[in-house]
Amino acid sequence: MSAITRRSFLAASGIAVAFALARPARAQLAGGGEGGAGPAIVNADLPGSLKSWPYLDAWIQLDQNGKATVFTGKAELGQGIRTALTQVAAEELDLPPSKVTLVTVDTLRTPDEGLTAGSHSMQDSGTAIRNAAANVRMLLLAKAAATLGVAEADVATKGNGTIVAADGRSLGYGEIAAAVSLHVEALPNAPLRQKGQFRTMGFNLPRLDIPAKTTGGEAFIQDMRLPGMLHARVIRGPSIGTRLKLPPDSEIEAMDGVVKFVRNGDFAAVVSRREWDAVKLMRRLQALPYTAANEPLPSGGVAETLKALPARDIVILDTSTPTADPKHSVSQSFTRNWISHGSIGPSCALAWLQDDQLTIWTHSQGTFDVRRVAAELLNRPIETIRAIHVEGAGCYGQNGADDVAAEAALIAASMPGKPIRLQWMREQEFGWEPLGPGMVTEVDAAIDAGDRIVKWNYDVWSNPHNNRPVGAGGVLVGNEVAQSFPIPEGKPIPMPEGDGSRNSNPLYDLPNTHVIYHFIKDMPIRVSALRSLGAHLNVFSIESMFDELALKAGVDPLDMRLAHMADDRARSVMLTASEAFGWKTRKKTSPLQGFGMAFARYKNLGAYCAVFMEITVERDTGRLTVRRVQADVDCGEVVSPDGVHNQVEGAIIQSLSWCTREASGNDGTLRTAFDWSTYPILRFRDVPEKIAVTVQQQPGKPFLGVAECGQGPASAALANALADATGVRFTHMPITAEKVRAAIVTL
Amino acid sequence: MHYSKRTLQAGASILGLAITVGFGVFGWIAYEPELSRIPPPDRASIPPALIRKGEQLATVGDCIVCHTADDGPALAGSRPLTTPFGTLYSNNITPDPETGIGNWSADAFRRAMKEGVARDGSHLYPALPYEHFTRVTDADLDAIYAFLMSREPVKESAPPNELLPGLGFRPLLAGWKLLFLRHEATVSEPMESSEWNRGKYLVDGLAHCGGCHTPRNILGGEKWADEFAGGVAEGWNAPPLDASNPSADRWNVDTLQAYLKTGTAKGHSTAAGPMGPVTEGLSRLNDADVRAIAVYINTTIHSGTTPSSTVTPPAIAGLPDARTNLFDGACGGCHEPSAPMGRQGRPLLSETSDMNAKDPRNAVQAVLQGIRDPSSDAPFMPSFADNLTDRQIADLLAYGRSRFTTQPPWPPLEDTVRDIRKENAQ
Amino acid sequence: MTTSITVNGKRHQVDSDTDTPLLYVLRNDLELNGAKYGCGLGQCGACTVHIDGKAVFSCLTPLGAIGERSVRTIEGLGSVDAPGVLQKAFQDEQAAQCGYCIAGMIMRAQTLLDKIPNPSDDEIRDHLQPNLCRCGTHARILRAVRRASDVMAGVAR
Repeated sequence: MSAITRRSFLAASGIAVAFALARPARAQLAGGGEGGAGPAIVNADLPGSLKSWPYLDAWIQLDQNGKATVFTGKAELGQGIRTALTQVAAEELDLPPSKVTLVTVDTLRTPDEGLTAGSHSMQDSGTAIRNAAANVRMLLLAKAAATLGVAEADVATKGNGTIVAADGRSLGYGEIAAAVSLHVEALPNAPLRQKGQFRTMGFNLPRLDIPAKTTGGEAFIQDMRLPGMLHARVIRGPSIGTRLKLPPDSEIEAMDGVVKFVRNGDFAAVVSRREWDAVKLMRRLQALPYTAANEPLPSGGVAETLKALPARDIVILDTSTPTADPKHSVSQSFTRNWISHGSIGPSCALAWLQDDQLTIWTHSQGTFDVRRVAAELLNRPIETIRAIHVEGAGCYGQNGADDVAAEAALIAASMPGKPIRLQWMREQEFGWEPLGPGMVTEVDAAIDAGDRIVKWNYDVWSNPHNNRPVGAGGVLVGNEVAQSFPIPEGKPIPMPEGDGSRNSNPLYDLPNTHVIYHFIKDMPIRVSALRSLGAHLNVFSIESMFDELALKAGVDPLDMRLAHMADDRARSVMLTASEAFGWKTRKKTSPLQGFGMAFARYKNLGAYCAVFMEITVERDTGRLTVRRVQADVDCGEVVSPDGVHNQVEGAIIQSLSWCTREASGNDGTLRTAFDWSTYPILRFRDVPEKIAVTVQQQPGKPFLGVAECGQGPASAALANALADATGVRFTHMPITAEKVRAAIVTL
Repeated sequence: MHYSKRTLQAGASILGLAITVGFGVFGWIAYEPELSRIPPPDRASIPPALIRKGEQLATVGDCIVCHTADDGPALAGSRPLTTPFGTLYSNNITPDPETGIGNWSADAFRRAMKEGVARDGSHLYPALPYEHFTRVTDADLDAIYAFLMSREPVKESAPPNELLPGLGFRPLLAGWKLLFLRHEATVSEPMESSEWNRGKYLVDGLAHCGGCHTPRNILGGEKWADEFAGGVAEGWNAPPLDASNPSADRWNVDTLQAYLKTGTAKGHSTAAGPMGPVTEGLSRLNDADVRAIAVYINTTIHSGTTPSSTVTPPAIAGLPDARTNLFDGACGGCHEPSAPMGRQGRPLLSETSDMNAKDPRNAVQAVLQGIRDPSSDAPFMPSFADNLTDRQIADLLAYGRSRFTTQPPWPPLEDTVRDIRKENAQ
Repeated sequence: MTTSITVNGKRHQVDSDTDTPLLYVLRNDLELNGAKYGCGLGQCGACTVHIDGKAVFSCLTPLGAIGERSVRTIEGLGSVDAPGVLQKAFQDEQAAQCGYCIAGMIMRAQTLLDKIPNPSDDEIRDHLQPNLCRCGTHARILRAVRRASDVMAGVAR
């Protein structure tokens, strides 16, 4: 039933789109505005992604045994969404989680919810699934009541897959489901289960994927084995844009182990029966001379490079209110380098052309876009392509996943009937993936005699962060094939999500704010989205400035923030974390010890996060030890408390690594980071000694994704703690041990 | 022969007198007065410029490497130093009055560095390379003193030394010094540039390169006549810094400067073993001084007798043929010329002194210990001690030698690998 | 040619070339998922397995080098239904985000606990230094190893 229904459903929704009411889209975009335009809005009154896919059976199906299959357009990236969404569905259906199977994004079976990005999964999908499940539960109760001949108020779900009447008669979901059609549109106000009734949501359900991952089970795309599978390796020069001078096809085809050599324009790949043969062939071919990239890589620093490029000025904020005269001023510039996603598992994809149907298995965050890209690249009707998400290693944005998926598709299309597995090598991931954009900010602020901030001028320079491929021009192979596709012009994501401008608008109440986003469309280095986008540097800048202003005012950094923050939830996370940390009674007991804090609400729309940190600095090496971190998070209704802890702990550690170590360098022609020795990241010895995360209880409040809320505050808290410890303000990331050491030699 | 009792008595008296005189002379030589304690200098009174100058000089001397234990507080000592004479523990040179040098005057510090005598008059073991430091000017020593006195005082006492029996008797060191400590300042060569002279001054003195790179005699003193002919440090060969270095003709000032500052240089292998921490330290040294050292060493490495073996990298042209052996699986990922490391300018095996040296020791150590990035402790090259057997390592090194160099083959290495592995385990 | 190796106590005949790194043999010939390709350069530890009880990088160990030595992978520590002490500790601590590094972490940690049943926190950190985690799960991984060691010492369940 599913396949035909899905196709006709898709066609039907196409018609629905044509007649969609011309209502303004909600302020927030699916997938956080990353990727393409996202799915069209069909019914703006419905919550979450239901507004694009209002039919219940797009989301939930029940079988005759009362087991539920739930469909999400989002992907498990290691952020625990598979478990969290299962909890949401199980809760609202009032079923035990063991009776719920979640199907993650598959272009044939699930709704298109745009990208899994922007911390939107709980907002888009969690909300949709919750409400769809509530609708289903409502329908089941109504049917049960009718079947049993009682009033609806006299039947209740029991949490075990049955509905029981007041007189004790019961019906299983399976029996009722047979008589209920779920091909109906959701109603916007189906009653939701409340916190006091919760059986699953709000509890720590052990993650469904962890058992396999700790015992060698099949858990990742890299573990997939298809019958008769062949192994491919793409043949490229050492760094993006370099082109190998390959011999003629015939010479390569004659080499040992070659099943096929695929060449199209500048794209080349070998296919072998054994994976190791493919690797050895790749090594042999990569020994050949190569030509440099057409454009040299920039040789200057971040600020120098960006500010030399033409920019379009976008006003983000412009407010004016008469105020008292400024008394103290602070002016600073902050930068963050181009940095690598650094996925532990280099990107991988599988593809199989069987009887004119091409299936692509991918770990891309934009699975529906993978399908669109392949359709354009291969000039195939999109209905003949299916893309299925299978979990890869953490990607933290757009790494090589989309490129590999397109490359695998191209190779598979040239070898009908053969399943192809393509794996990028470590150095290919470093050398060719899009990097997180380097950015620079300049801030000029002032306080009056009453310690109020009366001036706030903020400029931020950045490339577009959203270069996620929606067509063939967005992937490497699309630029390499003989009939190549041009690289699309990058566009900024508009506020309120923003990209380089993300979080450039402080949540604080400031009377005079002038925030300009200098959008630079020319990208000297290949860039795309990296976890939190511009929020990392913008929050770093804003929170560093607040501490500098507090210092000038002689005010405690926490008090400075509270004095300018009316938002209760923001105040609450700051106060909660500060109390748990012992901020008010903090005392230095050793030299070069420092305390720092930072706060942000991700995008001013997402989760709230406050981070407090205590560090010590080794004078003669500049090495930092983070003694303890205390964070508090408000993410609305909490689905999995431990899931929140896990994500935020991870964000803090990753952010510290970015802040203290990471910069992807180049020597003018090649990227110089090609392995972990040339791109060191934080290792165990330098991880904080203690990290504690608490989560606010906000029953009934909308879900807010936590995946990216910690990146900005953690780096900022570190910089503030460093300033407290050393009296030196570090503004250019990475803040390496050597930079610190050199600055404190004479302290 | 028959000696009369009187002759024996006379002989005994003369011998006794000689011994007494000998002890007396020896005592006179060995005796050094205690210098009075002073209160630790006031931190705030030390001029920042002097601290900065001293910090740079201390960086050349790399005090921190020997005077800091693993994971211990900087400069607080207690680092074990293994020598053929036993294990010594470095002293605490933070300005702590009880356990460090907080009570030392500048005079006492200068005497320690130039004469190897502690404040209390006891002799210091030449693990402190005072036969080099004796050449440092008083002004520079005062700057280093200022730097050390501006550090954080730490209470830390070194464990007692574990030396061979008898060597714990410090006055014996006076004898050692008689033989090996020459009080001479580095002489400027008027025909050379000031940069060269600066380099010589640093190398002869604070940098004490000869401490590892010059062979030592049985008493542990450097053989001055064979300066820079190569030495051993912590189980690794410190290659010669004279023309007998197999890569001598491929070193120049630029590559030496890059190597000293970053630990890597195009066409040469990464600083490994105990040289890793040296280059990590020098990464903090100002460029002018690094270059000066490079300029001087560039002279020494091109002087002397004609080299015994030179590196001539064999040409690797066209597509290399496919090889099916251990190398591809264990080494090729990094060491095939087409590997990312090679494409990114990291040294090819053909270019390394280790593969070309007559003594395979360093090549064996690189495979057994790996090469660490001293600043992050992550591996540049992992250790193969646990996944490859002695025989396999021997075979791989023989293969590498024949494929990547034009040198005569090493002798069979299985026993050598086994012995060095045992040595490392001690 | 076929090569005989013992993996998790079982003898296998493998017909891959002898220069094939053990990692590919485990994953492709023996279809074991635990050891993962992370870098192939001995820098990340995702491929960590045991040879004669020592933690090694399987990406740099050719098939022909193994000989009679015994190989152990995470599959040899336990299963989903009967997890080993460390595996259970990782599950109880929910010590994974994407989880790609975790099999390697468990194998590396196992050799520490085999040698030092009650390691200090510093000893655990030092021992795990060769293994990378990019998601930032370090704190949980340390807790999981601590937990396993407590279980082994009988002070926890």
